[in-house]
Amino acid sequence: MKSAISQQRFNRDGEPQTYLNNGHGLRSWFLTKDHKRIAMLYLVSVAFFFAVGGIYALLIRINLLAPNGLFESDTYNRIFTTHGIIMVFFFLVPAVPAVLGNFLLPIMIGAKDLAFPKINLLSWYLYIFGAAFTVIAVIAGGVDTGWTFYTPYSSTYSNSNVLLAGVGIFIVGFSSILTGLNFIVTVHTMRAPGLTWFRLPLFVWANYATSLVIMLSTPVLAITVSLLAIERVAHVGIFDPAIGGDPVLFQHMFWFYSHPAVYIMVLPAMGVISELIANMSKKNVFGYKLVAMSSLAIGVFGFLVWGHHLFVSTQSVYLGIIFSFLSFAVAIPSAIKVFNWTATLFKGSISYDAPMLYGLGFIGLFLIGGMTGLFVAAVGLDVHLTDTYFVIAHFHYVMVGGSLMGFLGGMHLWWPKMTGRMYPEAWARAAMVIQFVGFNLTFFPQFILGYLGMPRRYATYPPEFQVLHIFSTAGATILAIGMAITICYLIWSLKKGQRATPNPWGAAGLEWMTTSPPPTENFYETPVVTWEAYDFTVVRPEDVTGMAAE
Amino acid sequence: MMIHKFLLGMSMLLPEQASSYAADVDNLYLFLVGLTVFFTVLITAAIVYFFVKFRRRANDPIPAHIEGSVLLESIWSIIPFIISLFIFAWGAKIYLEQYTIPNDATDIYVVGKQWMWKFQHPEGQREINEVHIPIGKKVRFVMASEDVIHSFYVPAFRMKEDVVPGPNRYSTVWCEPTMTGTFHIFCAEYCGTSHSAMIGTVTVMSEKDYQVWLSGGAQQGTMAERGAALFSQYGCVTCHKSDATGQCPKLEGIYGTEVLLEGGQKAVADDSYIRESVLSPMAKIVLGYKPLMPSFQGQVSEEQLQQLVAYIKSIGPAETPAAAPKAGAAAPAAKAPPIMMSGSPEPAPVAPTTTATTPSPAASSQPVQKR
Ligand SMILES: [Cu+2]
Ligand SMILES: [Cu+2]
Repeated sequence: MKSAISQQRFNRDGEPQTYLNNGHGLRSWFLTKDHKRIAMLYLVSVAFFFAVGGIYALLIRINLLAPNGLFESDTYNRIFTTHGIIMVFFFLVPAVPAVLGNFLLPIMIGAKDLAFPKINLLSWYLYIFGAAFTVIAVIAGGVDTGWTFYTPYSSTYSNSNVLLAGVGIFIVGFSSILTGLNFIVTVHTMRAPGLTWFRLPLFVWANYATSLVIMLSTPVLAITVSLLAIERVAHVGIFDPAIGGDPVLFQHMFWFYSHPAVYIMVLPAMGVISELIANMSKKNVFGYKLVAMSSLAIGVFGFLVWGHHLFVSTQSVYLGIIFSFLSFAVAIPSAIKVFNWTATLFKGSISYDAPMLYGLGFIGLFLIGGMTGLFVAAVGLDVHLTDTYFVIAHFHYVMVGGSLMGFLGGMHLWWPKMTGRMYPEAWARAAMVIQFVGFNLTFFPQFILGYLGMPRRYATYPPEFQVLHIFSTAGATILAIGMAITICYLIWSLKKGQRATPNPWGAAGLEWMTTSPPPTENFYETPVVTWEAYDFTVVRPEDVTGMAAE
Repeated sequence: MMIHKFLLGMSMLLPEQASSYAADVDNLYLFLVGLTVFFTVLITAAIVYFFVKFRRRANDPIPAHIEGSVLLESIWSIIPFIISLFIFAWGAKIYLEQYTIPNDATDIYVVGKQWMWKFQHPEGQREINEVHIPIGKKVRFVMASEDVIHSFYVPAFRMKEDVVPGPNRYSTVWCEPTMTGTFHIFCAEYCGTSHSAMIGTVTVMSEKDYQVWLSGGAQQGTMAERGAALFSQYGCVTCHKSDATGQCPKLEGIYGTEVLLEGGQKAVADDSYIRESVLSPMAKIVLGYKPLMPSFQGQVSEEQLQQLVAYIKSIGPAETPAAAPKAGAAAPAAKAPPIMMSGSPEPAPVAPTTTATTPSPAASSQPVQKR
């Protein structure tokens, strides 16, 4: 295979051909079937919702500066609900798969596109359509049920826009399902010659496992939301005991989706981390097969632990103990990954660039998120911890410390590939450190608050909790500043950033063997893979430097 | 001593240990904190060491390929697994302790509603957003919700249980207070607008103070006595006759015993069973009886229902007399203020405090036998 730089083709204006300049105008974007352009559409959309969800997070923190709260309780309840719904369904679930996965998965396996390009575009439209319903629900006065929609509050008592939000979530679920379907078929049928399963990058494995989980769990969410809507509209007794339903049934159904959804949110980010650690230390991932299989194991076990959300919901004591056991079982594959990533660094050539810093940030925060998972899996201890700030801190360490760090790390690693421009390295490192500090200051005090008994979803609280809340709000401010810096320099770099070579990191992987940004068809000649994953001996120096060796 | 000092330092980070199992929960917590610190330090140290030792230098050669190590990977799969098993067992042991309700516990009846907690003592005292209990006595909380799911949480006791609405269950949880004082009650399950105002206090008193307190606010009879009044007011007595000649099962001596049902199943006649029998009588039909009883859903308030349960409990078999004798002891002074109330601006809106004065219209227009 020839080096990417020597294959570069130019259009009539003498510019290098890329997916970005192949077609101009809105039509070329909104009717595109190119997975890379669809990924960019997703990027803009999820970034928008991340910003909105972040603003709602700040409103939460502002309210909690004072024990009596600064907003009315009804307002606060709508704020935390909106924050949860937007961040979970419109940012965390789609972020890594729909942006990075969409862009990279076909390139990483040497394909020209996903298996079903039109369905890929449809899934973006479904996302936007679902998001529109949710935005209307928020504008029309909001929803006040929490993102968990527990019945019978949501089905009978709440007089907020539950139905509109439910329709939004129902629709966006199908967007995930279609993406998952597309990924599975693509990985099965479109791998380049020689690219066997165990030569796939771990990011592909992680997205494959995620897609399976999405396909199997999201329909249950759709069913649950539909039943909720039926009860709310037609008063058929399903969940409301006053008309013959069972409220705990809703919790079983909801968590049957929403616990696996935790892995939908974190598994792809784990895939990113494998790429970051390997490429930024120029080492193959230690114990590749075990890391790949642990993704599948997490996907499978993830379906068996939903009951750990119901330890105090009057479910039988023995059921509680069984779910506790299974929850410990799902912790093992995550632990294995952390150890294997750490071991990957051994005898590597470790770069201190921003993607690696994010990789480390992920390991550190995910470690704490994972270890505190043991606290809440231990059933007798969870009785005290559940529905307190301890749980809030725990899942933010996993979701923000894990998924968000993974997403940002991946965005930095592949930014040159996606945009053809380098981001400013010094700014990126500084922003990462600011985010890391801000994050810990925000959420670490919440572990203590939780153990002291501070319940979640409280608009007001006893005065003895105020000091810790002030620390947390201060941290959130720092975190927001860090995020703002990142957004600014990434936008700046689109025009002003240094032009990227095909392989600025000297990284391994097919995506680094084509130009930055890639042409519409990804590769001018179909790659034939004769090497294992993370083999840095096949990296061609001219792709790194960008100077064609004539 | 060292450990004691350490724990004192930690006391800023732990709520008071005010129940018999609070220390057990804290010990597991502190063990896990230690474990987390250990692994965080271990991994961080390894990363920092690798970062310094193997930092990228100009003209680094491509690092050698290291495949992995079956031995190492087995070690760090198996060790966490063993540690997990240990934590699992420890957590399960505490859970069984928290949810195995001792036979000698005294009942306190709790109703959660948007947005207040209402309490009834067997002796007849009623409280809102505040409950008094004696130190060193096991207390069982028998809880029902009038509307949505709430969760009864006392951090100082490390005690929490959801209060789930529905005709077929009471949520129950127990504790044994070990420290006098006043502690927070929180509603831990989001329940709407004033969820964060659905808070209160539990006051643990010495046995002597508690007796004084009990005799202070004299009531309109014990719970069992009020339940007995309701039993005739709602016409239950016409059918559930004490000489077993009625069309419905005799209830004397039934509490806590096993009941044979149509279809060959069995059920224990506990609080939840009695509640279900009143609210959805068709759910479990006693063997040999016809499904005649109408539902009282919407006619009896949660508090009245608890009084009926207390009554049936009081006429239960002699070996489980929990409420009856104590109730008798506290009963005589049946005069003064009807409710002990504090904290909430709202009076108890649902249940009339004197059950005998206002017979429910529904009850009088719907004689029990007519179905
Ligand atoms: Cu879960
Ligand atoms: Cu509540």
